[in-house]
Amino acid sequence: MRRHLSKICLLVSLILCAVVSLLQGYIGAYYFQIIIYIGINTILASSLNLINGFAGQFSLGHAGFMAIGAYTSSIITATLHLQPGSPISHLIFTGALLAGGLMASLFGLLVGIPSLRLKGDYLAITTLGFGEIIRVLIQNMDFLGAARGFSGVPKLANFFWVYAIAAILIFFLYNLINSTYGKGFLAVRDDEIAAEATGISATRLKVVAFVTGAFFAGIAGGLYAHFVTYINPSQFGFLRSFEIVVMVVVGGMGSIPGVILAAILLTVLPEALRAIAQYRMVIYAMLLIIIMLVRPQGLFGAGINIKRYFKKSTEPV
Amino acid sequence: MLVIENLRICYGAIAAVRGISLKVESGRIVTLIGANGAGKSTTLRGICGLVKAVTGKIMFEENDITNLPPHKIVAAGVVMAPEGRMIFANLSTRENLEMGAYLRKDKKEINRDIDYVFTIFPKLKERINQPGGKLSGGEQQMLAIGRAILARPKLMLLDEPSLGIAPILVKTIFRKIVDINKELGTTILLVEQNAHLALSIADYAYVLETGELCLEGKAADIAGNQQVRKAYLGES
Repeated sequence: MRRHLSKICLLVSLILCAVVSLLQGYIGAYYFQIIIYIGINTILASSLNLINGFAGQFSLGHAGFMAIGAYTSSIITATLHLQPGSPISHLIFTGALLAGGLMASLFGLLVGIPSLRLKGDYLAITTLGFGEIIRVLIQNMDFLGAARGFSGVPKLANFFWVYAIAAILIFFLYNLINSTYGKGFLAVRDDEIAAEATGISATRLKVVAFVTGAFFAGIAGGLYAHFVTYINPSQFGFLRSFEIVVMVVVGGMGSIPGVILAAILLTVLPEALRAIAQYRMVIYAMLLIIIMLVRPQGLFGAGINIKRYFKKSTEPV
Repeated sequence: MLVIENLRICYGAIAAVRGISLKVESGRIVTLIGANGAGKSTTLRGICGLVKAVTGKIMFEENDITNLPPHKIVAAGVVMAPEGRMIFANLSTRENLEMGAYLRKDKKEINRDIDYVFTIFPKLKERINQPGGKLSGGEQQMLAIGRAILARPKLMLLDEPSLGIAPILVKTIFRKIVDINKELGTTILLVEQNAHLALSIADYAYVLETGELCLEGKAADIAGNQQVRKAYLGES
């Protein structure tokens, strides 16, 4: 019954996406852009939630996966000179997004492997380094436009694409976390040794979390590239990774609705604060500090406190 | 059922287990007793693959399980209820039990086994939807044993089930261990510091001292042994 309910929810939201998509011309360009960013950030934050919140692997390199997805899909669509609107363009765009996602998950595998040996802050630093390596590599690759950026990406992403993918991801995460297989992630996060002792392969699940999270981050990158039509390495810097982590932490690690709420809030907030110009980021930062002081477990905290990720293990060996 | 030959386990340069050999026969309760730091828990961890053996061989039902990854050893039928009641603090009691059946697919049988755990540990049923971390020490120990039952092990390894639990609960838990052995036919290898209690329920016992076996025999004989009475049962 419950499973059917989530399927119905998915169907309804997909139809809603299509309907709103038809009406997107009536929405002002500025607001429309914010709405799209909310969708993309929801995908990014939710996919990171799988790695950080569910599997408990503190990763700071999500922008790196996003960049890989953005560049991979952009190369495909730009070299094919796709014209937005033709039916074939949607098909190829799907393929390009998937290719971007797969490429990102391949790198997710590469990062997932060190995560088997590293914990807490060490893993955070390693993944942070990974994100920066990706950015610097792209900056030095001439065929990707290097620091000039990559322009001429066709504007293929629209409301439907972004929100349909967000809905699918949320559906996927929801069902995953209510399945025995998915609860294995939570078990690994709570106690790795106990998880191993009950027959869960922590090694495997950690890598699966990285690969899956990176896949959706890559798709989000592809959507982003095909919405802004111009990408350059500085868009995928460490600050972007950090923004995504903040969304997960503020929303509550391991909480699906919390992270969505945080993605909406933290996308809208900087825009809403534009009125106060130069004090904008000060207020933004202060709000974050207040939220963390009042609710260290996040807005919708699933009871997991951010502090425990940086606690030293007391386990013997 | 389980045969260990010359097992040696090291933590860095320190040898915690120095070449022990033991045998656990099917259907029995076998206990491994010894003082703090004798290497009892390390031996158990070695059996379930959580620490690697440097030398030696661990055979389970004629299969070599030495240094296999832990989940493969669980699949083979050897499951541990770890020391310190390592339950999943953010998962509910029920979810903790379900995690025990992670490798099983038979939904109906799993539900029946969960009901069985609730009949032997009725306290857990009252706490079915509470997160594991909110349970008392004794309840967490019951949950750890219950979780091990859910894997339907042929051999259950119990690591210090009496650790940090109210004495009255300890007795209940040990009675339940006997029940599990009788009703499910699960073979049990029990590691305990409370030698008196362990010997009272076990069929056979091994005494471990600084990583080496110093004595073995029928539990009743060991309990009557002068040396053991002095060293572990608090007699002068």
